Amino acid sequence: MADTIRAREQRTGWILIAPALLVLALVYAYPILRSFWLSLFTQNLGTGLEPVFSGLDNYARMFQDGRFWQSIFNTSVFTFSAIILELILGMGIALVLDQSIRGRGLVRTIAIIPWALPTALIALTWAWIFNDQFGVVNDLLLRLGLIDVGINWLGNPTLAMVSAIVADVWKTTSFVAILLLAGLQSISQDLYEAHSIDGATPWQSFRQITLPLLMPQIVIALLFRFAQSFGIFDLIQVMTGGGPGGATEVVSLYVYSSIMRYLDFGYGAALVVVTFLVLILVVAIAALVISRLRTSAGEKL
Amino acid sequence: MTTVQQPVQPQPKAEARETHFSSKRVLLTIAVILVVLFSLAPILWQLLTSFKTNQAISAVPNVYFPRPDQLTWQHYVELFQRRPFLNYMFNSAFVAVTSTLLCLAIGTPAAYALARLRLKGERIILGLILIVTLFPYILLFLGLLEIVRAAGLANNYLALIIPYTAINIPLTVLVMRSFFLQLPRDLEDSAKVDGYNTWQMLTQILLPMTVPALVTTGILAFIFAWNEYIFALTFITRETMKTIPVAVAQLGGATLFEIPYGPIAAATVVGTLPLVLLVLFFQRRIVQGLTSGAVKG
Repeated sequence: MADTIRAREQRTGWILIAPALLVLALVYAYPILRSFWLSLFTQNLGTGLEPVFSGLDNYARMFQDGRFWQSIFNTSVFTFSAIILELILGMGIALVLDQSIRGRGLVRTIAIIPWALPTALIALTWAWIFNDQFGVVNDLLLRLGLIDVGINWLGNPTLAMVSAIVADVWKTTSFVAILLLAGLQSISQDLYEAHSIDGATPWQSFRQITLPLLMPQIVIALLFRFAQSFGIFDLIQVMTGGGPGGATEVVSLYVYSSIMRYLDFGYGAALVVVTFLVLILVVAIAALVISRLRTSAGEKL
Repeated sequence: MTTVQQPVQPQPKAEARETHFSSKRVLLTIAVILVVLFSLAPILWQLLTSFKTNQAISAVPNVYFPRPDQLTWQHYVELFQRRPFLNYMFNSAFVAVTSTLLCLAIGTPAAYALARLRLKGERIILGLILIVTLFPYILLFLGLLEIVRAAGLANNYLALIIPYTAINIPLTVLVMRSFFLQLPRDLEDSAKVDGYNTWQMLTQILLPMTVPALVTTGILAFIFAWNEYIFALTFITRETMKTIPVAVAQLGGATLFEIPYGPIAAATVVGTLPLVLLVLFFQRRIVQGLTSGAVKG
């Protein structure tokens, strides 16, 4: 009797979950597995767009492809600068929003607006702000007397990268702040009071209580931000188009133009596979760190 | 430590605390103003640009406080007269609403099963769903492109609705599962005692209680669908079927050198307005949804 109830429960469970798994298989599993398979073929204009088996040729080619390494370099610069700045700024904003201030609800609401807006449109907003002729950044710098001639932000390789990073930091800092704020609110106020009775300064309290207890949220926020920045597409594509001269071409832009512009499907698939593997590697490392943090927190309790 | 307006305190100890307190207040107020400026300044600049005449837009130095004769509605009028902007709005809304409803319909039962029914392999499924939330869309784009071509779905709303449903299912499963885990089990047990089968219990007893959580999830799903760019860029090429982010990003002038800053600013304002309103009304829910397992940049 108990057995049949359990069996029926299992059957109901699988029926309930099957549609979701099917959709995920179609949109996630199939495309990724398909990319692995396609990456073993050469399929481009040279082969008349017919797939021809070529083993690991695509990967060998990637190894010698300067544009690929450049895109990896650009992606790394973009990702690491952006997430470090977002972590610092996001922490600051979370600490402010955690205080009891008048109109806190409204300030929080305002603070999450950037996160909710479409990245493609934000890219246009920031391209306009950094515009070389009429942009507000140049205007302010000129008024302050810091420069004599307007800077061509998006036309200079280094400055274009800086501009893209600034736009990304503006857009996603609020996401980091939201996650950290939730962590801050779960830390008991008593801990701080006891600590300050012991004579600790606010900075010491921050280092000795807030940071260690917030570590899980910090790692999770970093992980999600890493994954999203590593695959960034819309912001860069709209704001700089990967330019000038490929200076802001990130991996996903290279994947996109390999496939859509050069019709090099096999090579594009190999690029997808490498991006996927890097991502999985970082996720595995982060998962390890999180589980370490959990067990060490468990030991302390 | 000198600060503004200190009430006279009889006890020195209390006075010291008060002084510290109010200098902290001042710093905090400055910090709050900075946070607000940081978050709003770029949008406000775009809003101001969208109402300025072309001469005012291209004035150097920039015009921060335009005179009445430097203001115009023209850029908004142009959007709706010279472009199928209502179409873009409709496309974005239709695709986002449909995919949101679908992901709730498909994801909620799955979340229930994962919260309650002790499936074999549920930990593996949950782990996979968690990992999948990290995947950037560029990883899916080649495979989906092939599917869209093979199924003849190019320039069909389904080419967006299906992927958008899928990208929001992990979020739905995670948020709804954590909601179901918080519900007391007794409720379902007593329903079973009363002779409800699982399906009746789900639709007649649980569903009405889950409405708030469904709204939370739905708002997030809607935002992600409304904002999606790469699939919309690739799978839809017919002008009247484009969604807002793609259509606005492709607004161009008559020549390469004539960039229509005014209409672009106006289009940005119109395209972001629905989301700003969502945030204003549902700030609490968005924060709650984002932190209760639905974590995504």
